[in-house]
Amino acid sequence: MKLAIALVILVALSLVFHFISPWWLTPIASNWGSIDDTIEITFWITGAVFVAVNLFLAYVVFRYRFQKNRRAHYEPENKKLEVWLTVITATGVCLMLAPGLVVWAKFVNPPTDAAELEVVAQQWQWGFRFPGEDQTLGKSDVRFISVTNPLGIDPKDPFAQDDIIIDNNELHLPINQAVKVWIRSKDVLHNFAVPQFRVKMDAVPGLVSSLWFTPEKIGRFDILCMELCGIAHHTMRGFVVVDSETDFQQWLSQQPTFASTQGGPVGDAVAGESLYALCSSCHGPRGEGNQALNAPRISGQSPHYLKRQLVYYKAGIRGRHPEDTYGQQMAAMAETLPDETAINDVVAYIQTLSSSTPAATLTGHRDKGQPLFVSCAACHGAQGQGRFSTSAPRLAGLQDWYLKRQLVNYQTGLRGAHAADNFGKQMTLMANMLSDEESMNNLLAYIQSL
Amino acid sequence: MSLNFFRTLQEKPWLQPDAVLPERVMDRSDINPKKLPLIVFLGIVSVFFFLFLITFLARSQYPDFQALAGETWQPFYHPQQLWINTGLLLIACVALQVALMATRRQNIHTAQIALCLALLFTLQFGAAQLLLWRHLYKLGFYMASNPANSYFYLLTALHGLHLIGGLFVLVPVILRSFGFFRPATTAPQQRPLQPPRQQQLQYSLELCALYWHYLFVIWLLIFFFNASSPAVYKTLAALCGY
Amino acid sequence: MPHVAIADQTSELHDPRSFITKYIWSQDHKVIAIQYALTAIGVGLIALVLSAMMRLQLGFPDTFDFITPNAYLQFVTMHGMIMVVYLLTALLLGGFGNYLIPLMIGARDMVFPYLNMLSYWTYLLSVLILLASFFVPGGPTGAGWTLYPPQAILPGTPGVDAGIVLMLVSLAVFIIAFTMGGLNYVTTVLQARTHGMTLMRMPLSLWGIFTATVLGLLAFPALLVSAIMMALDKLIGTSFFMPAIVSLGEQLDYTGGSPILFQHLFWFFGHPEVYIVALPAFGMVSDVLAVHARKNIFGYRMMVWAIVIIGFLSFIVWAHHMYVSGMNPVFGYFFATTTLIIAVPTAIKVYNWVLTLWRGNIHLTVPMLFAIGFIFTFTHGGLTGLFLGNVVVDLPLSDTYFVVAHFHMVMGVSPIMVLFAAIYHWFPLVTGKRLHDGLGKLHFWITFLGTYAIYLPMHYLGFLGVPRRYFALGSTDFIPESAQTLNASITVSAIVVGLAQLIFIFNLIWTLRKAKPCSPNPWGAASLEWQTPNVPPRHGNWGQKLPTVYRWAYDYSVPGITSDFIPQNISEDAVIRDAETSGDVDDHSDKGSHT
Repeated sequence: MKLAIALVILVALSLVFHFISPWWLTPIASNWGSIDDTIEITFWITGAVFVAVNLFLAYVVFRYRFQKNRRAHYEPENKKLEVWLTVITATGVCLMLAPGLVVWAKFVNPPTDAAELEVVAQQWQWGFRFPGEDQTLGKSDVRFISVTNPLGIDPKDPFAQDDIIIDNNELHLPINQAVKVWIRSKDVLHNFAVPQFRVKMDAVPGLVSSLWFTPEKIGRFDILCMELCGIAHHTMRGFVVVDSETDFQQWLSQQPTFASTQGGPVGDAVAGESLYALCSSCHGPRGEGNQALNAPRISGQSPHYLKRQLVYYKAGIRGRHPEDTYGQQMAAMAETLPDETAINDVVAYIQTLSSSTPAATLTGHRDKGQPLFVSCAACHGAQGQGRFSTSAPRLAGLQDWYLKRQLVNYQTGLRGAHAADNFGKQMTLMANMLSDEESMNNLLAYIQSL
Repeated sequence: MSLNFFRTLQEKPWLQPDAVLPERVMDRSDINPKKLPLIVFLGIVSVFFFLFLITFLARSQYPDFQALAGETWQPFYHPQQLWINTGLLLIACVALQVALMATRRQNIHTAQIALCLALLFTLQFGAAQLLLWRHLYKLGFYMASNPANSYFYLLTALHGLHLIGGLFVLVPVILRSFGFFRPATTAPQQRPLQPPRQQQLQYSLELCALYWHYLFVIWLLIFFFNASSPAVYKTLAALCGY
Repeated sequence: MPHVAIADQTSELHDPRSFITKYIWSQDHKVIAIQYALTAIGVGLIALVLSAMMRLQLGFPDTFDFITPNAYLQFVTMHGMIMVVYLLTALLLGGFGNYLIPLMIGARDMVFPYLNMLSYWTYLLSVLILLASFFVPGGPTGAGWTLYPPQAILPGTPGVDAGIVLMLVSLAVFIIAFTMGGLNYVTTVLQARTHGMTLMRMPLSLWGIFTATVLGLLAFPALLVSAIMMALDKLIGTSFFMPAIVSLGEQLDYTGGSPILFQHLFWFFGHPEVYIVALPAFGMVSDVLAVHARKNIFGYRMMVWAIVIIGFLSFIVWAHHMYVSGMNPVFGYFFATTTLIIAVPTAIKVYNWVLTLWRGNIHLTVPMLFAIGFIFTFTHGGLTGLFLGNVVVDLPLSDTYFVVAHFHMVMGVSPIMVLFAAIYHWFPLVTGKRLHDGLGKLHFWITFLGTYAIYLPMHYLGFLGVPRRYFALGSTDFIPESAQTLNASITVSAIVVGLAQLIFIFNLIWTLRKAKPCSPNPWGAASLEWQTPNVPPRHGNWGQKLPTVYRWAYDYSVPGITSDFIPQNISEDAVIRDAETSGDVDDHSDKGSHT
């Protein structure tokens, strides 16, 4: 009796939950409304079966519950009934399968006027490539991948020279233009997924997969990696911005071509020396940093990171939060660097500096920090040496008070929360794993020992 | 067999209680009780090798795959060594078959000689395989340098393991044929159920012979796959839909 | 020397006397079954704790320091692998298969008892190797239970050194153990059935276990093959699955391999594995339903056919796990079609379970509660499978929490419902005592309602697009804050359900120590395992003479017969009809076992 009631209530609750649930498919932003339709069809058919079978079950449990003088009916089988049920089930299955296959056929055959572009996944970032003016993507191979050629494009292929390279997690697309996306991976399996577009596909090293869609809504959407790709899988976020045609063209024209990224500017350390004079007042003549002035050590820091931070400070991506007082100071300083050449020069000069490892200022348990650092090491390296490929700065030899402030800033949104900070979100997700000050100190004690 | 199975599936078991009372399979003296498990086991091993060979075919269609035959400078362009090894294993199989037939005719001495020959040639085969490995290794065909090499070493090693497993059965059987391991005293109530020594030997030999013939077939497959040219792989892979 | 089969001996060949031969190095299928079951449940409890830790992180992110992204992935991986392989497969086949096969077919033991014993000890070894990976540098692998290369053996994933190697070795050892056991089950079912036990007179439990064993024997080699090749890729540097790769900025020596090839092999094992778990559960639940509804299983033949057809089809649907894997999308048509076809025999099984209850006389005992709970959860889980099997519907839903909810419903909750039904049902046979009813009901209600509270909302996280295997969601532009509330409520339910299992364990211990023995066939079951001369059955099961079987296992409430069930070993002459003087149940079974 109780069971029969419970079954009825569960069916009813499931239905209520479904109809009042605010959690349902995210509003669609692409042409794949037909996929949503197949989901609806499947939902109604399976929902009807679910309700029918379980209400009948509840009825049976109630109606034929144990009674002392009842005897169960004897019926080994009932061919007619079984055949009917089979036929009805088969019909229901066909009703779901047929539209599914029709839509799949649409997915398998992209329209001929679709524009092409390429997505390159790696642990734990996204890169993109547009074919450029010749409308043809140049050849690529993993073997060509290097610091200056992150997407592994064949430098000798004439079609590759005008390809447009985007290596910062943010992709722009024009609205209402079908795109066929070629998907590659440099290292492990990834999956290119934008929930609002409905379609997704794995990025597999060693082959090129593809999918297509037409963005139909202007906006900024998350790209999520949906195939487990290692420790920082959940931080592998990219962004796709759907623009009007003119905005898109404007954006595209600002992006570098492959040819322009080759043999690009290397900073001039001599020119950088004079620029560094201002920096040295806080960061010290040898880049050793100064706790009293809240300036971290910068000698020995990875150049790619220094450059990105200076660009961020200048562009207001870092150091603009009203509560980030130290960041604001630095932002003002970065303003004094007139252009990219100046940034390159000063970074080149900083590379020539060397200073001693600073002493610890915090107390924590190194041994308790070690297991925490395993997750950091995935990007920053086992020795905290920093890694160009994961866009991760050097941690070893940085002052612990500075690292702590940055971790807190990430957690509280003073750093990394700016919409254009395509790398900071990763660090915010990671910094959040430290639940209290003690574990932060332990972690920093371990980093101090590297 | 399969037809019978489908007929069985159509029985209506609730009708005619009592009607059929089949005998227990294990009570039948004409059935070698270990034959079915061996066949099932060989079936599993077949799936195992089959899957390796399927992946072999798939892998052979990638550009970095360098077949071991097909070009004059490849080690299996003239696979004499493979043919010699095949011959050794074939002799071992034939010897086992002879031993089985001799046992059926109660000719225990012939069986003993044939069994020893089978063991000898099996060991010869194993040794020849090891020499082949050394030969290839000296030529610079290392396991990790190319997928074709990887498959060659892997498949021959697994075949070797399979063969060693067989020896664990064959050697005791041979010893028993010479009279070792005969139980000193058997409990009286068991005696009638123990099959006579000759029949027990025959049963064991049936299993060994089946096992060795199977080993031989697997070896032929491995031979074929490792000594074919890229064109053959291409055709086969196309047939499999790659 | 080949071991001597004792199933065909009239007297017991080995008569274990010491504690060690009786309970440790035992060759008795019943003892081995219990060893298997206890080991599986033990390791399953570890996996349960792991899942609780995952849920704590998801429900209350950034609260627990010991759960780092690294550790989280290790928990995910070990939880999945342990539950699927080391708990469910081992418990259903090693535990219930071992216990029930000889008793249900009327044999004294497995055909190869020594091999059976080896099978258990090899299984235990595989469990120990698996657990050892928690204590090696780098910890266990965190590549997900699917162990996909390249990440499973490349830096950036937890446990890529000792962890993954131990996992692969442990799986290989497990497969050896399973093969030894499986050969035994197949041979025993085919060759050691007693007089009159035709295939179609076997209870559905046996059909389920037998078919699942055949599936296992054919499917596990695929896992072994992929494990061997991946181990070589890791240890020797071959390139079976490894293409040219730049890992964390470093060019590796691999060339040309195919990660998708591994996925094909893995799912060629992995999909049948679902049915290796499901089919024994289907079988056992059929028997529980029939006994407690006092009615024959409805459409027995259809049920057998469905089991066989599902078993066959399970080998040609594997790539529905790979719709978005980058394989040739044309395969999608084929695999979507086969996958949806498999829904038909599965649906028939559900109908027949419900129709078995229809016009029955339903005793709502604890096993029956769990069995009916199974019908509900399995219907739910099976229907959501239709979303994921239909290739285009899978596009938005794959790799989201919808998948997690679906497979937990269909191969987590449902088989576990059956496992509990089976444990409560056969416990009196194994120990001679009935588990406490009140505690059992409490256990049922919390488990049944609790698991539904976990998994129903989880589907909706999947509709939203929340990805699985994420340590934390962070901020996105499409997932509302309220999803976190949902996650927290799921975690609370999960913890409650997890703790409710303590009731079950307490019930086991209390019953074994304090409860009084019950009658030998407390449910009035007709199948052969309840008709042994002693309950619990002794070594050799059948006393002096093997039973003879005269009928199928489902003669319940046969018209014109006094008793509401006729045991399988009662001949037509011995059946007491309504016109005659009525006799009681015990009288029947006594007569039966001595005919």
